[in-house]
Formats: sequence, C-alpha cells, structure tokens
Amino acid sequence: MERLVIRGLHVAVEGQEILKGVDLEIGRGEVHALMGPNGSGKSTLGYAIMGHPAYEVTSGTIELVAADGTRRDVLAMEPDERARAGIFLAFQRPMAIPGVRLADFLRHSVTNVRNPDRKEGEELMPMREFRAELKAKMAELSMDPDFARRYVNDGFSGGEMKRAEILQLAMLRPGFAILDETDSGLDADAVRLASESIAKIGGAEMGILIITHHEQLLEHNVPLRTHVMLGGRIVESGGPELAAELHKKGYERIRAAYPDAAAAERAMEDAAGVAGRAVPAGAGA
Amino acid sequence: MTAATLPNRSPAPSVAFGAEALDAILAASPAPAWASDLRRAACARLTGLGLPDRRDENWMRTDLRLFKPAAWGPSRSPDAGAAVEEGLLAEAILSGELVDTADGSGQRVAGRLAGRFTSLDGHVMREELDASLAAQGVVFGSAERVLAERADVLKAHWFSLIDSSKDWFAALHAAFHAASVVLYVPPRVRIADPLHVVAGLTDGGVDTSHVLVVLGEGAEATVLTETAGGGAAGSTGGFHCGGTEIVVGENAFLRMVNLQNWNTGVWHVARQRAVVRANGRLQWTLGALGSRLSQVAQDVALVGRGADAQVNGVMFTEGRQQLVFNTSQHHEAAACRSDLLYKGALQDRSRLVWRGMIKVDKAAQKTDGYQRNDNLMLSKTARADSIPGLEIEADDVRCTHGATSGRVDGQQVFYAQARGLTADEAARLVVAGFFQQVFDRITIAPVREALARAIGRRIRRIS
Ligand SMILES: Nc1ncnc2c1ncn2[C@@H]1O[C@H](COP(=O)(O)OP(=O)(O)O)[C@@H](O)[C@H]1O
Ligand SMILES: [Mg+2]
Repeated sequence: MERLVIRGLHVAVEGQEILKGVDLEIGRGEVHALMGPNGSGKSTLGYAIMGHPAYEVTSGTIELVAADGTRRDVLAMEPDERARAGIFLAFQRPMAIPGVRLADFLRHSVTNVRNPDRKEGEELMPMREFRAELKAKMAELSMDPDFARRYVNDGFSGGEMKRAEILQLAMLRPGFAILDETDSGLDADAVRLASESIAKIGGAEMGILIITHHEQLLEHNVPLRTHVMLGGRIVESGGPELAAELHKKGYERIRAAYPDAAAAERAMEDAAGVAGRAVPAGAGA
Repeated sequence: MTAATLPNRSPAPSVAFGAEALDAILAASPAPAWASDLRRAACARLTGLGLPDRRDENWMRTDLRLFKPAAWGPSRSPDAGAAVEEGLLAEAILSGELVDTADGSGQRVAGRLAGRFTSLDGHVMREELDASLAAQGVVFGSAERVLAERADVLKAHWFSLIDSSKDWFAALHAAFHAASVVLYVPPRVRIADPLHVVAGLTDGGVDTSHVLVVLGEGAEATVLTETAGGGAAGSTGGFHCGGTEIVVGENAFLRMVNLQNWNTGVWHVARQRAVVRANGRLQWTLGALGSRLSQVAQDVALVGRGADAQVNGVMFTEGRQQLVFNTSQHHEAAACRSDLLYKGALQDRSRLVWRGMIKVDKAAQKTDGYQRNDNLMLSKTARADSIPGLEIEADDVRCTHGATSGRVDGQQVFYAQARGLTADEAARLVVAGFFQQVFDRITIAPVREALARAIGRRIRRIS
C-alpha cells in the first residue's frame, strides 16, 4: 500500500515560520482528520504538500512511498507533477478562472493526470468519452449538467465552489486527497451529501486528509486518526472520539495541555496582526 | 512558416509613387474615367503632403521615425505564380478553418464559401463568386472591373467615406490602391456563407488594397478579410497602406472581420470606416496579431434611427511590435446602439495603444454607447495605453466606458497546476479565458477558433 509520508516539515511564508515540524503518515484507503483553531497552519500544510510557490519548505521531507519501498521525493516536483503523481488538494478557497469552462478545464486536467507522461500539445481525452463520464459523475453527485458549462469558480457561491471541488475529486480519483474545509459554505443537507459522496469516491483506494471544524463530514468517513494542530505543530492524535470532543468543547483543554504550542499560536497571531495582513486568498479565516 | 519560401524582393523600388507611375498604371486599367480622375486628384495632393504630424493626437503614439516613404513604390507583377498563392493561403490563419471547420459537437465539417478573392503584392490572383449569387445580382470581385460594370450602384460610395486628403498615407492609398475588391449585395439578398478576402505580400512587397462593401436594404453578408506574408522583422519587411469603406443599408446585417496577420517586418496603415443606416446591424471584428507597426483608424457612424454596431477587437502583440488603434463611434441619429470591446494581450517589449471616442450629436437622443478596452500584460516590459473619450451633445443618453490592465494571476496558475496542468498550459488557459468574453460575442465559429489557436501558438512562458 502506497503511503504519503511527511517528516519534520517546517514551512515559512514571507520569511515567517508557520509550520514548526509536522509529522504525518497517510496510507491509501485511510481517512485522517486534521482539526485545529483558525490560523494554526492547516491550510499551510495543504499548500506545502501541493507545492504552492509562496509556501517555502525550509526543512523536512514529503515522500510517496510505494508498497515495495520505492520512494518519490514530492518536494522535488512541480505542483502539476504532484497532481500527476496522484496528490489532490480541494482548496479552502478555490480560485476563479474567468472565461474557462469547468468542463474544458477538467478535460485538460483529467487528460494530464491520467497520462502523467503526456507532453504539452498532445491530444486531449476524446470529447465524447469525457462528456459521457462527466455526465455520469455529475448525475451521481446530483449536479445539474449545465454547471460544467460555467466558468471555473467564476461567480460561484461558496457551496457551488465546494461542490465543484468534489466533482473534480471524483473525476481525478487521486491516490491522496487533502480536503481543506470542503464542508464550509454548505448547508446541513449538502454536507451530508458531500460526506456520502466523498466516502463513495474514496473507497479503499484513496488516502484522505479531511481538514474540518465539524464532525458531519466524518459521518461517512470515519477517520482512522484525528490530529490536532496548534501553533504550527500536530500536538495530539487520537481516534474518532477526539473529533467529537473538539467539536463540542473547543480547544481550551488542548491549549492548556500544550503551553508551548499555545504560545506559538499567540506569536503567529501577533505577527499576522503586526504585518497588517488581510487574510490572504486561500488562507484560513 | 511558409513565408520563408516566398521570393525575396529588392529593397529599393524601381519606381516611386508619382504621376508618371500612376499614368502607366491607368493606361493598363479597365477602370472607368471617373475612378481614374479620383486617383489623379489624390496623386496631385500626394506630392504636397508629408507624413502625419506627431502633434496629431491620433499619431503621437506612433513611431514613424524608421519609416522611409522613398523606400516604397507601386507593386510590380509578382514573379512567382500559383505556388506562391498556395503558400499564401496556407499561411492565412482562416483558410484551414474555412475548408475544415468544427461544428458544435467537435465534428469536422467542410466549410463553404460564397466567394473568394486573393491578391499578392497588389495583384489579383483569384476571384470567385458562387454563380447563384451572381444571378441574384451580387457583385463581388476586382474593383477595376466591377466599378465599370456597376457604376450605378457603386460610384456614389467609392471613396465617399474616407478622407483622402488628410496625410501622405491617405492620399497614397487613394491614388495607388491596387487589387481592390468590391462587394455589393442588392436589397433583400441574404448570403449565408462567408466571402473570404486574402491579401498577401512577399518579402518587401507593397499592398495598397481598398475594400468597399455595400449592403442594400435588408441584405445580409459575412465578409472575412485577412492579410498574410511580408518579411519578418529585420528583413525588407513590407508595406500595407489600405482603406475600407462599409455601407450597411436599412435593416441590413453585415458581419465584417479583418484579421491582420502580417509578418513582423510589415508597416501597416489602414483607414476603415462604416456607416450604418436605420435599423441596420454591423458586427465588426478586428483581429490584430502581426505587423511591425500598425496604425488603424476604425470608425463607425450610426446615421439612421435604430442602427446598431458591435465592434470587437482581439489583439496579441509580441517582440517589438507596436499597434495603435484609433476608434470612433459616432452617433448621428437617435436610438442607436454601439458597443465596442477591445481585448489585448502583450508579450515581450510590445506596445498596444487604443484611443477611443464616442461622439453623440445633438439629434442622437436615446443613444446607448459603450466602449471598453482590457489588456493583459504577459511581460513586465510590455506597455499598453487605453485612452477612452466621450463627446456628448445630446442630453438623454447612456454612454459608458471602461479600461483595465492586469497581469496573469499567479494564484490562478497555481490552481490549474494543482489540477495537473503545466505552468505553460495554465498560463495559456488563463489567457484564453481572458479573450473568451470577446470570443463569446463573435458569432462566427471559424474566426473564434482560428484566433484562439493563433494566439495559443504565440504565448510563451509568462514572465
Ligand atoms: N499566503 C500567506 N501570506 C501570509 N501569511 C499567511 C499566508 N498563508 C498563511 N499565512 C499565515 O499562516 C498562519 C496559518 O494560516 P493557515 O495555514 O491558513 O491556517 P488555518 O488553515 O489553520 O486556519 C496564519 O497566521 C496566516 O496568517
Ligand atoms: Mg485554513
């Protein structure tokens, strides 16, 4: 079974250290939950795994380790190579690409991800085949087929963006998926539908890291482990009961139990405040 | 590029633009006397006129310092024959699309043309018109020939819209136009398939072609003109000094497309003017990808109640290209609509200038006028200027304008990369998306596709 293995990961943004040594290991077929207060570094972890150029890995490793022990260095890959290696990030705040239809975007995307060696300019997946598959997937997700004709995330509501991310997940069927607050912006029914969909898409083949503040998304995706991030570190890991506790009682017990991480959290908040940053697009709010 | 196989020309013309040269041309021309007289009058003005003054608002951003008028003269007969025409057609970006266009489902279907006119270095190579259209009174082909045959419907319009006394280029065009083409569509005749006009240049060649399109009341047509060839930057280049006149009759509908795709050594000066009569409709699309330097005047006059003009511009510049557009939307009558959208993407050290004017006369109440220019900078060294303008004398009007200039957003590129597209593919996609808004307005699929493909080929890594 292939594993995504993260060791001692330190990540800085604009010269300021955000992640301060993260260790995490996810196998294909496993579900992990990542919780933590706003600003603790959850989205930063997702971006770093995906290779966002603004998130600088200052030390540590991210590797894909195959069942036979073969290792691939994820940090040496461009973001698109990571996608082709089977890594997927559902963005907390997906970007709009005006003028580009979701269907056209996805056809290009699916073609590249399914043929990792495809060269630029080579044929895309045949239109007919792609359309049939897209139509079927949209029906499974109870999505209106016209939705794919709209421009990527352009003028989408929060909920529509999240559903579009789930559609892309379903079409790309990655080996490892990081779902960054894919439940935010959805109403209760939509969260239940998303939860079911993700469980169906994931199956036994996909390793999933669910970043969430709630339990509902975990209803059909029972995590093997729940991890709590505070001040840029994973301070505690536990079973499903941990997610329930955090959802009900918040992070006070965690802050009290890990004073160093709580201090780091305050320092990060101050740095963000002093720099007068508006919360950047895609970063946690 | 097929251009490389076109024959080279000597840099200096053996004859200059002057009275003697014109006499020789007219001696061999079948054109009627009234048309020749117009040429002689323009030629007489030519000697007294200089290049446009850089204090002129329309020319102050156009760098003509390296343009040497004496280097150019009237076209000689092309020495290459049919082989060159083949090369020319292959290079024309629409040709492939027109014979082999895609329908909505992505299936390839053969395109049909109502007519075709091609010229090389100012010499007519081919003129064709569907026989059934000719039988309905449609006139299409070489101006020299058809002006004599149909003076009754053409004389009143020939050189009636563009001013030939303004400057050296204007007079030169009026005196020495060659391989000019005329389309006349009689009232109520509707032409479904497009007419395709290709003007080609060899390295160092000169094209002075004039285009006149007249649609009678209730007529419909689609005209696609394009240019190809000429020398690349650093070679002898080429010189286009052209003019276009368009008359859209009452209730008529014209779709006009001008694709300028010269090689990057060509000087391109064009004056284009349309009048749209009551309830007439004009969809006018300019695609500009080529030339070393372009100076284009694109004017639309709405002269009858309820006339409608949609103007689309798609520009892509690279290297050291410099393209200047002066547009005018002149509302002379009431309740007309004009809507201009120019979109440009700039690469390398290229420069794009758009200066637009909406002019509303006192009588033009209930005018709906709009103009907008968006530019996307693909390099830090490119430069774009947008200068919108309004001159409004009526009081019950709605006129708005807008202009934006931006860069490819790194966040968009990352998002697409995260879904498996390379950085280059992502940038290309973002640029394609940028143009989509104007493509959505162009109702001629082959034109959209040809432009999108030609632009896609040109985009290099975004810096
Ligand atoms: N692109 C960015 N630019 C500047 N600061 C950032 C950026 N992304 C994240 N940060 C900072 O890093 C810290 C962690 O943010 P984030 O990873 O979004 O947290 P979470 O997703 O857990 O809410 C915050 O202090 C935030 O301000
Ligand atoms: Mg976040």
